[in-house]
Amino acid sequence: MGKQVKELDRVVIRFAGDSGDGMQLTGDRFTQESAVFGNDLVTLPNFPAEIRAPQGTLPGVSSFQVHIADHTILTPGDAPDVLVAMNPAALKANLGDLPKGAAIIVDTHDFTARNLQKAGYDANPLEALGDAAGSDQAGPLGEYQVHPVDLTGMTVEAVKEYGLSRKDAARAKNMFALGLLSWMYGRPTEPTVSFLEKRFAKVPAIRDANIAAFKAGWNFGETTEAFAVSYEVKPAPMTPGTYRNITGNLALAYGLVAAGVRSGLPVFLGSYPITPASDILHELSKHKAFGVTTFQAEDEIAGVGSAIGASFAGALGVTTTSGPGIALKSEAIGLAVMTELPLVVVDVQRGGPSTGLPTKTEQADLLQARYGRNGEAPLPIIAPASPGDCFDAALEAARIAVTYRTPVMLLSDGYLANGSEPWAIPAVDELPVIEPNFATEVNHDGKFWPYQRDDATLARPWAVPGTPGLEHRIGGLEKADGHGNISYDPANHDLMVRTRAAKIERIAESLPPLVVDDPSGPPGAGAAKVLVIGWGSTYGPIGAAIRQVRQAGFDVAQVHLRHLNPFPKDLGDILKSYDKVLVPEMNMGQLSMLLRSKYLVDAIGFNVVRGLPIKAAELADAITALMADRTEETH
Amino acid sequence: MTESTTELGIPTFRSGVELVPTTDAAQSAKEYTSDQEVRWCPGCGDYAVLKAVQGFLPELGLKRENIVFVSGIGCSSRFPYYLDTYGMHSIHGRAPSIATGIATARPDLSVWVVTGDGDSLSIGGNHLIHALRRNVNMTILLFNNRIYGLTKGQYSPTSEAGKVTKSTPVGSIDTPFNPVSLALGAEASFVARTVDSDRKHLSAVLAAAAAHRGTALVEIYQNCPIFNDGAFDDLKGPDTKADAIIPLVHGEPILFGAEQEKGLIRDSVTGGVKVARVAEVGLENILVHDAHNPDPTTAFAISRLTDAGVLHQSPIGIFRQVQRPTYDDQAREQIATAQATTPAGPEERLAALLNAGDTWTVV
Repeated sequence: MGKQVKELDRVVIRFAGDSGDGMQLTGDRFTQESAVFGNDLVTLPNFPAEIRAPQGTLPGVSSFQVHIADHTILTPGDAPDVLVAMNPAALKANLGDLPKGAAIIVDTHDFTARNLQKAGYDANPLEALGDAAGSDQAGPLGEYQVHPVDLTGMTVEAVKEYGLSRKDAARAKNMFALGLLSWMYGRPTEPTVSFLEKRFAKVPAIRDANIAAFKAGWNFGETTEAFAVSYEVKPAPMTPGTYRNITGNLALAYGLVAAGVRSGLPVFLGSYPITPASDILHELSKHKAFGVTTFQAEDEIAGVGSAIGASFAGALGVTTTSGPGIALKSEAIGLAVMTELPLVVVDVQRGGPSTGLPTKTEQADLLQARYGRNGEAPLPIIAPASPGDCFDAALEAARIAVTYRTPVMLLSDGYLANGSEPWAIPAVDELPVIEPNFATEVNHDGKFWPYQRDDATLARPWAVPGTPGLEHRIGGLEKADGHGNISYDPANHDLMVRTRAAKIERIAESLPPLVVDDPSGPPGAGAAKVLVIGWGSTYGPIGAAIRQVRQAGFDVAQVHLRHLNPFPKDLGDILKSYDKVLVPEMNMGQLSMLLRSKYLVDAIGFNVVRGLPIKAAELADAITALMADRTEETH
Repeated sequence: MTESTTELGIPTFRSGVELVPTTDAAQSAKEYTSDQEVRWCPGCGDYAVLKAVQGFLPELGLKRENIVFVSGIGCSSRFPYYLDTYGMHSIHGRAPSIATGIATARPDLSVWVVTGDGDSLSIGGNHLIHALRRNVNMTILLFNNRIYGLTKGQYSPTSEAGKVTKSTPVGSIDTPFNPVSLALGAEASFVARTVDSDRKHLSAVLAAAAAHRGTALVEIYQNCPIFNDGAFDDLKGPDTKADAIIPLVHGEPILFGAEQEKGLIRDSVTGGVKVARVAEVGLENILVHDAHNPDPTTAFAISRLTDAGVLHQSPIGIFRQVQRPTYDDQAREQIATAQATTPAGPEERLAALLNAGDTWTVV
């Protein structure tokens, strides 16, 4: 039966259900299908901190948003075009995010009196629809295209031949929903079938039931009259290469493995489990064949302590955590600053302060990374811009740590960690090579001076135990310049504080010039008078907002920072080339503050701390408003 | 070293230093002495321990560059500066975690931790107990002077209850830790106690600790002449020490007193051990020390004979030495096993890793 196929250039779909409904898996499978199909895509998982919050309640709702397009996209989308809601709580929790006219597919099976009450509905919003659709009496769903479907009932019916309990049978409803959506958007089904075959290989009944539910969902879409239209989102043109879909945490772990391979150093990860960073520990623990040691420590401090010990012993010491863990590690990071040992510190930022929002994203640890230690303790800070970029950022962090003998802070965040995008797989032989350059010889009149520095980098020699003749002691007490023995001399302390700072500043010599995206001309010379500057995961939303502003016919420039300390050498000139500088951040203005203090520019903040990525449309409005403001001033 | 080992009655297991390169060249205490001026107070017990360690290290016959001393914060934690080995004077309480990283990363290093009662039992208590349960191959020298010295005289987690100090002008109200009991409760595989002033015993215990594969905890009673002088006088006084020290030697009946007239017997009422007169109970009923007993119950019972208050009596020697797999050996074995199954080079394997999973190619 020939159904109408409509072509779309992009669509945003959100799968929402109870924490136990398998929404993350459903979203992930739809994403993989879309990736293999060739769309550009960006994802946004959103789940509660509780493993299983009370069933059917609003706090227990878990969702996965995926944005697919036939062109390059930068964000998971501000608002879903389609919502799949597996129960009343999922409907209620997500309805506010939907624009008028959005499509909603609901599993009617779970709209029982009890579940409605748990979600806070006095009346069944589906019943109000009835014949009143489109009228004032249509209730809260009146402005949407609602498709009530008994997903659970049909799933149970579809899998009855496999002899599962009703409960187990009903659990395959997420695959039915996936099948339906896969039909609706013309996704390839083979990857999911083969995924299910592998995943449930040991329990054939569950395997077959899930595959049957998935296929039944597809067939239902094709045959039912409830869905008259299916959609097509064509593949996006992409740079030639081999791609895979990747999350930030996975890319970051791979980047650390690659840093080990390209430096020849064994990687030692000392870590304590914490959301949303634990997946890096999980992933690295699988890569022992690369000589990667993972040590699950008794606490955050032991995690970083063991990594410092491993670095002292000649490994690439790494510790991974989130904001609260950085607070605990601060004293030990200061020790690594003082002892000038290579160390990669990964902070996958989450909402704070304190325990805050463990599963939500934020960028509020920038100042903690920059200043959160006692004494003058500068260290380099770098931040990836997208999930795939976490791979390159990890390699860059390792390069700086090893070359300059310093702890490096790598600021990822919850959105990058769990979000995903297509990633062009790099060729291994094109990855940067990192040179450990261990000290092997005495360096000062027949003696070894552990603080005699390299002229170019100001880095000190890295002499590892087992090297004869280079025995030396380091520690947290102030060192005398050169020989490194304890020194309380006032002039020496002044010199060492300045030297440690100068070493970090010296890193800027190795950074490429910033790329200013300003189609109107060279910085300051074109029509664009507003510069939007960001760092980290706001890259996507800022880019999308800039596009919207340009599509509306305005000129605006953008620059994105990967290095937050030291800043690239050309940053000051770029900032001063524009009349206005707007700094969108998921914090209360931390980069703004750094830019203002260093460059004396009137940086204007656009600050959102909702635990979610900045919405491109809101930012576009702010950029436009800022430009209008400028126009008024000049008139 | 072998002689001392025999003296303590401990047979050799897989050695703690068996993977550390050795040298045939004669070594002396002088080589292990750094050019840094020692800055402890005159009369500090730390001097005696430093001398003993500098004198003992050459006996190990290891390459000096393969020895690492790590310390935390406190008077005793200055120790690494005075030894010409690799060393790190780290931050308060964290030395066991740093040493864990070193020992796990490198099987060819002899790793030592120097710590005090405040460093290891107060701020660093968590790292100490977890190092012990993991059984990382390292030796922890816990200098116990039962006081905070470097911060000038506050009570410590091993100070007796009621102790009057700068921070407890009307007496402390904390119950102290017994470090040996704590270590035994933390699944330690080697626990010993010795005294700063008894160099022979100290050196023998150090030798046994170094030979132990796993975490060896050695509590060293150490006098602080400034803030807690005389805390161990009963254990050192010519008139008192025979009654105060209960020497533990593996395989020997536990006897003490000037005439060896006292000994330990099992206490059928409490299930623990108690002191009895040999003449009353008979030598055959005196407990024979078994440091290798897999069950730590008796070792714990013996550890409880140490006074919690002012010290009048304390067992000295090796309470427990049992062999069990070490964390670092097992971690390296897991890596070696994984590497043995993958003949490809690292670059080739990295390319395979990055290209795994669902991929697609755009031409």
